[in-house]
Amino acid sequence: MLTFTIRRLVLAVPTLLFISFAIFMLLQLAPGDPMAQVPLTVPPEVKQQMREALGLGQPPLVQYWKWLVQVLWIEPKILIDWLTQDSWLLGWLPDTNLYQNELRVISWQTRSPVMDIVIQRIPQTLWVVALAYVVGVLIAIPIGVYSAYRQYSVFDQAGTFVTMIGFSIPPFFTGPLLIVIFSVQLGWLPSIYDTTHVVNDWASFKIQLQQMIMPVMVLALQTTAQISRYMRASMLDNLNMDYVRTARAKGMSEAVVVTVHVLRNSMIPVITVIALGVPSIFGGAIITENVFKVNGIGQLLITALFANDLPMVMTLTFIFAFLIVAFNLIADILYGVLDPRIRYD
Amino acid sequence: MTEPATTDAQAIAALQDKGPLAPPRSQWLDIWDQLKRHKGAMIGGFFLIFITLAVLVGPYIWTLDPQKLDIRNKDLRPIYTAIWDGTAKTAWGHPFGTDNLGRDQLAQMLAGGRASMAVGWAAMLLSLLIGTAVGVAAGYFRRLDGPLMRLTDLFLSLPILPLLLVAVTLFRQPLRANFGPEGGMFVLIVTIIGITSWMPTARIVRGDILTLKEREFILAARSIGTTSWKTITRHLLPNVLSPIMVSATLGLATAIITESALSFLGVGFPSDFPTWGKMLADAVPRMVDFPERVILPGTAISLTVLAVNYLGDGLRDALDPRMRGR
Amino acid sequence: MKLKSLLLGAVAASAMAPAAMAERGADGQVNIIYWQAPSIMNPYLSGGTKDIEAASLVIEPLGRYDPTGALVPYLAEEIPTVENGGVAADLTSITWKIKEGMKWSDGSALTAADVVFTAEYCMSPEGGCAQRAKFDGVTSVEALDDLTVKVTFGQPTPNPYGPFMGGQSPIIQKAQFENCVGAAASSCTDQNFYPIGTGPFVVTDFRPNDVISLEANQNYRDPAKPAFATVNFKGGGDATASGRAVLETGEYDYAWNLQLAPDVLAQMAAAGKGEPIAAFGTLVERIEMNLTNPSPDLPEGERSTVAAPHPFLSEEPVRRALSMAIDRELLVEVGYGQAGRATCNLVPAPALYASDNTDCLTQDIEGAKALLEGAGWTDTDGDGIRDKDGVKLSLLYQTSTNAVRQDFQALIKQWWSEIGVETELRNIDASVFFGGDPGSPDTFQKFYADVEMYANNFDGTDPQSYLSMYRCGNEPKPSSQWQGENINRFCSEEYDALLDELARTGELEKRGEIAKKLNDMLTKETMTIVPLVDRGRVSARAMTLGGVQLNTWDSELWNAADWYRIKE
Repeated sequence: MLTFTIRRLVLAVPTLLFISFAIFMLLQLAPGDPMAQVPLTVPPEVKQQMREALGLGQPPLVQYWKWLVQVLWIEPKILIDWLTQDSWLLGWLPDTNLYQNELRVISWQTRSPVMDIVIQRIPQTLWVVALAYVVGVLIAIPIGVYSAYRQYSVFDQAGTFVTMIGFSIPPFFTGPLLIVIFSVQLGWLPSIYDTTHVVNDWASFKIQLQQMIMPVMVLALQTTAQISRYMRASMLDNLNMDYVRTARAKGMSEAVVVTVHVLRNSMIPVITVIALGVPSIFGGAIITENVFKVNGIGQLLITALFANDLPMVMTLTFIFAFLIVAFNLIADILYGVLDPRIRYD
Repeated sequence: MTEPATTDAQAIAALQDKGPLAPPRSQWLDIWDQLKRHKGAMIGGFFLIFITLAVLVGPYIWTLDPQKLDIRNKDLRPIYTAIWDGTAKTAWGHPFGTDNLGRDQLAQMLAGGRASMAVGWAAMLLSLLIGTAVGVAAGYFRRLDGPLMRLTDLFLSLPILPLLLVAVTLFRQPLRANFGPEGGMFVLIVTIIGITSWMPTARIVRGDILTLKEREFILAARSIGTTSWKTITRHLLPNVLSPIMVSATLGLATAIITESALSFLGVGFPSDFPTWGKMLADAVPRMVDFPERVILPGTAISLTVLAVNYLGDGLRDALDPRMRGR
Repeated sequence: MKLKSLLLGAVAASAMAPAAMAERGADGQVNIIYWQAPSIMNPYLSGGTKDIEAASLVIEPLGRYDPTGALVPYLAEEIPTVENGGVAADLTSITWKIKEGMKWSDGSALTAADVVFTAEYCMSPEGGCAQRAKFDGVTSVEALDDLTVKVTFGQPTPNPYGPFMGGQSPIIQKAQFENCVGAAASSCTDQNFYPIGTGPFVVTDFRPNDVISLEANQNYRDPAKPAFATVNFKGGGDATASGRAVLETGEYDYAWNLQLAPDVLAQMAAAGKGEPIAAFGTLVERIEMNLTNPSPDLPEGERSTVAAPHPFLSEEPVRRALSMAIDRELLVEVGYGQAGRATCNLVPAPALYASDNTDCLTQDIEGAKALLEGAGWTDTDGDGIRDKDGVKLSLLYQTSTNAVRQDFQALIKQWWSEIGVETELRNIDASVFFGGDPGSPDTFQKFYADVEMYANNFDGTDPQSYLSMYRCGNEPKPSSQWQGENINRFCSEEYDALLDELARTGELEKRGEIAKKLNDMLTKETMTIVPLVDRGRVSARAMTLGGVQLNTWDSELWNAADWYRIKE
């Protein structure tokens, strides 16, 4: 297992480089122009000068190389500097001064370092998207387990019905529907998420709860629907296995049979789905963020895409790819832990 | 004791067949019998057939052109609203009402259903095919596992919007020349949805295959010299059917919704080509005044997905010999 | 913070009840929502309207346009004209006098050096200044004394109000931006996010593409203004949601540019929390006719260039018939309501330049049919589509993706089918359509379609550069990387001669006459451009927000210093 992990970690480096190159070429090929949102009243010559000021005139490979150096060499230096200077974790270490004012990855829209904006977006992404994911998974697993255990019971039928409806109705409809009901008609909840809100006491926590409950619910509905279906299917497969009969024959209690034997085996495919979903937290929830104005990473990505802000899009997708590779590795290791029969080497 | 011969004769007679043996039952008949007993599957199946027939034959019965604008009759409500609201603007000529440009909603639903069902099924099948193939290959052949899973990583991290724009730029013109403006767009959209949604299926199938191939029955199959192809089709695939079925149901919904998101972004079908997803998206700003405009396409999508889901459940049970007769 | 503003409010209500708004910061917070989120506070690095308008809360030009399009001095003593001697008689220079006692928000004094620096900053070649066109023809900007600036032009310039006028070219502080000239412009993140200005507010927290927090500028020139102590400037979402936040839930006070269908807007306004406000500028939604052949059968390099004239749109009667079939009033009713007016003009305003051309306003399907018949276009094969010499009247009609534009496409397609013209619709994502990527076949400049629809306008009140776009040779073409503004590939010697005359003429009456003639040549005489709707701007204000004057000639937030809370 250890050699497998190490081999995969080593392999991850060329994989990520290749992915980043593929994304870069894709973005180069894609039609689009960072000047698309500049009004038509600005003449073409001026737009051309603006493009050149952004470094667009250079050959693509040079642009890629510059970006790579900035992301993999200059940004980590800033991170190390920050860790040794300001963070509480490693602040006791002697201060390093690795960063010497080299050019960082600069967004074309805002002319500011991309990483700073990404860090600024993390709180609301965690509050809303990550929390929704956790809530979704926590609801989905018991629903899936119980639906399978009592297959075709009323609970199972109702669960199937609700989750499938939830899954087939897109968030661009559920979001506004919730807003119309809870913000416009009832006036209970705010329709616009305040990203500057600071939680420091009970009252402000209540406000935070109020503003995040709708987006969290919309997002959790999708997660719940998906994961509970996989959980149910996987449980059904395992409930008929011989080892279950053996366990029952040994006189073990139903609770032990279901939770220890069946659940553990059924989790294997579900773990993949859950692990695969984690990077998508970082990818944000484009539509839901937009509907509730949460302005997390998803909104950052979509505005960057529409504005053809290539450094921003590249950096975000690269971080995304990194997380995907990392979580796939984690999922594979978890397989091995959950199912000792799986051998990778 | 006294008449042992008779007892023997009776026993023998009892063992004899009265009539001709029933012909051997085929496996498919068994499956069908099992499926028939699954109520949900039957309802789901009938609903699917109904909706497929409706969108295929419907436009020949309800012959109004879905694109015909009738601006004087715009914003009509469906006729059933007249039951509780006598003042509502309704007309028998437009039983489901009309939209803000006076297009007939029933005709739009039929035409939109045709597009949505076609896109949904085609994209779902394509993604299922790629996903299962990649998953099985990666799980079964250790040599392929690395490259194929890295490929999956690559596809997972590709941003879909630029991918679409590239595809539209490169392939729209040739496809339009070969299949016409709508056919070309159909091929393009189905392909794009298909190749950007197979990765979860592949990962899940691979995970299952990894566990299964260490099982005794696979060892047994291999030890008697079963070829890889036979092992996969006879032994492995039937055992990973349930995650595939779940992927299929979720995939159909995702495909229908993704198509609407694409139209929403202006990279989907031309604007005069209705689909359920697009009708839903267009109606959201007016959902307070005209709730039917979101309810009609929304219900259609949900019911279709539910029907496929139940049918999938039933099929899975029916195809699993251990479940038969339960 | 909250307590303080509450107290301030109480003081204002009791002690100064008659003039409740006469104290700076007395009205607490104002919430503004823009559905496009601002990404930078420096209009010179971004041409985007959202950024220019957000920046206008902080940095100001010497003079602005008011809602009627008239020029009003802001940082300047008065607007220089030929009459008051500010503009040289030969129209080659303009001299601005700065008001005395103007202060930056950091307390230092505004001087002519800052104005000169602003010009230097934008005219620096590597900076990629988005407002470079405002400084076109400027040969020098010099400080005559501490408060006087002279701008000299290379040739007589009848409209010398390009530099330092309007939201697009505000004055930035020299001390702050000194090290940001040229290529260094991009690395000055702090300066670009937190500019020091002379305007009513100062940025306290800038989160790009999300939210801006501002507070009242303690050094603002009018001690009683602004009435609001803080501004919460939220961005993101869509027009529907921001309209809802002002009109239905009342969470926000001001929502920008609500491009919504009239029935949707009316339904929201019925909630009574706020009201939509509309004003008109020069934005015209139009159909542009391609005078060159966009057929994919032509080799690249010839397709949509002047080398290949269009098979039927090059015929004037066909273009005219297409225009006659359109019912513009109905388009307005469906798409814009109170925010639109049917128009036949490319230049709809100001009154001085707007032609009295109204011929196109009545739909005439029969007339259009007769016109096509007369030109020899008849339906010979009975498929409902007119043809002549084997060429069918079949059009590809493209536009950007936008709900109203797709409704327009559907309506126009129907009318054109009534006169026997077949239409294929295509909608393209706006970031591609309006982007100038020469590699994409879908940009509006490349025009690989027969007709296309979009809207355009001009900055300020003078249409000269706008009308000059349609000069011969200014068309997008392969040799210019498909950059160019003459989208229709229109070319007329007479038109170009008139343009030259316009550039030479200084007298306003005469300029108006020439501009009208130019407008008519493009629209009613040749039907090269088919204007549809004069599009106004609709924004919304909460019922409790006072002092709002919607301005389409300058930033919408031009008078945010005068905004106040209406007390019950």
